[in-house]
Amino acid sequence: MPETTDKLVIAGREFDSRLMVGTGKYADFHEMVRAIEVSGAQIITVAVRRVNISDRSKESLLDHIDLKKYTLLPNTAGCYTAEDAIRTCRLAREAGLSDFVKLEVLGDERTLFPNNEELLKAAAVLIADGFTVLPYTSDDPIVCKKLEDLGCAAVMPLGAPIGSGLGIRNPYNIRIILETVKVPVIVDAGVGTASDAAIAMELGCHGVLMNTAIAGAKDPVAMAEAMKLAVQAGRLAYLAGRIPMKLHASASSPLAGLIA
Amino acid sequence: MNITTNGEAVSTEPVTVQEFLASVGIDPRRVAVELNLEILPKAQYQETLLKEGDSLEIVHFVGGGAPLG
Repeated sequence: MPETTDKLVIAGREFDSRLMVGTGKYADFHEMVRAIEVSGAQIITVAVRRVNISDRSKESLLDHIDLKKYTLLPNTAGCYTAEDAIRTCRLAREAGLSDFVKLEVLGDERTLFPNNEELLKAAAVLIADGFTVLPYTSDDPIVCKKLEDLGCAAVMPLGAPIGSGLGIRNPYNIRIILETVKVPVIVDAGVGTASDAAIAMELGCHGVLMNTAIAGAKDPVAMAEAMKLAVQAGRLAYLAGRIPMKLHASASSPLAGLIA
Repeated sequence: MNITTNGEAVSTEPVTVQEFLASVGIDPRRVAVELNLEILPKAQYQETLLKEGDSLEIVHFVGGGAPLG
């Protein structure tokens, strides 16, 4: 069965689930924990932020996450320079004792599109420093190839702007990226609903990462399940090999033996 | 004496980093600490004495994935 042998491999580590989820924007920890559980995700993204020294009453995220069950993927969300992103990654490694980082260096507050120049700079430094780097990038095959050549463990092109829910706006670029690089291609950002995730997987992507599409849904736990099923369905359809598209009909019932 | 913690001026006794974290109720296993912009490995919290004018950055993991998190 494809489900049992078909694993996602990132930097030599195997994962059964191809859906990665964020931990932001949930109403409360209880809802977050249930949504993550139902999604079946094994890799979850977290952000690195200052501890509030004057108010220690709030619960900590890690009080709610079973670290034996999940691989934490700290991100550098909110960083606009290579320097800030590198500093954040080093702090994340010290806090989490893992080398996995989701590297994002943003270029603009309105679009949250990546600043690829700073991204490449940061990736080079972090890889030399022993990090396993998963970069959030534009859906640009040339940038993705450069990231692979630097030694990134995967590339994570956006489907559409972060949090926009616009879906996979340029499936052709995603296909070219899949032809261009050998490392896993994970669509990160832009997914709005289950069909978007299925489309990413049907294109041949190795995984999908999302946060807002689940956390922002009216029923995040139900949407988490929908996304799990969509990623599985899309992957199976990709492996099964779809029929070519044709302009005209092609009868599926035999023409022989018609009564008239 | 005075130090800077996460960008704010804080007054403290000349204690170790370990003692300082305990005094503000922080579990050292759950955080990462920079002392004067250098990562301070956890193994050194106990032996590192804070000095006047030191700058501490104490971070932890919070919910995130979308950059506004």
